[in-house]
Amino acid sequence: MMQLVQDIIGLALVLLGLVFMALGSLGIVRLPDFFSRTHAASKVDTVGIVVVLFGIAVLEGFTLDAGKVLVAAVFIMLTNPVAAHALARAALKQGIKPWRRNQAPATPPKD
Amino acid sequence: MSGIVSFLIILVVVIIAIPFYRVINGPTVFDRLLAIGAIGGKVIALILLFGLLFDRLAMFVDIALGYAILNFIAGIAMAEYFRLRREP
Repeated sequence: MMQLVQDIIGLALVLLGLVFMALGSLGIVRLPDFFSRTHAASKVDTVGIVVVLFGIAVLEGFTLDAGKVLVAAVFIMLTNPVAAHALARAALKQGIKPWRRNQAPATPPKD
Repeated sequence: MSGIVSFLIILVVVIIAIPFYRVINGPTVFDRLLAIGAIGGKVIALILLFGLLFDRLAMFVDIALGYAILNFIAGIAMAEYFRLRREP
């Protein structure tokens, strides 16, 4: 009984994280310019990966490996937005213009 | 349980395949780097799901931690390199 509840909670967390990861991937493909793509790659993807790792820790149970998975989740929570921020800062210093509504789009919209 | 984990692994592989569009024809080099970083982040979840599938999570957790550290260092290093590079 306890094992069944643990499996259901863990699988629900993993599926919720997969939904967030799919939305982040679609945002990377569909958003109109580089600076808006960094939103999809930093925030949504971080939430997705961290929730998937929480689900894996719940599926594993109360062991040392679950603690290591939680350490990996905290590490990703700290470092993934920092990497995306460094890339966005490098692009701004390099001279890429942010996209605005009432100008010609920097990248032509492709479907 | 093993069948469910295999299904989850297939879903993660499909999700990882989506940003390769941005890697292949991103307009700038930063788009490609961003998509590579996002793929690397998702591969960590894929490695841990493989650990659940093979019932060897103790080994795969260490691989996932090393992969996360390498992904972060590579992202920071390439961002600095392309910030300091002069356009020809």
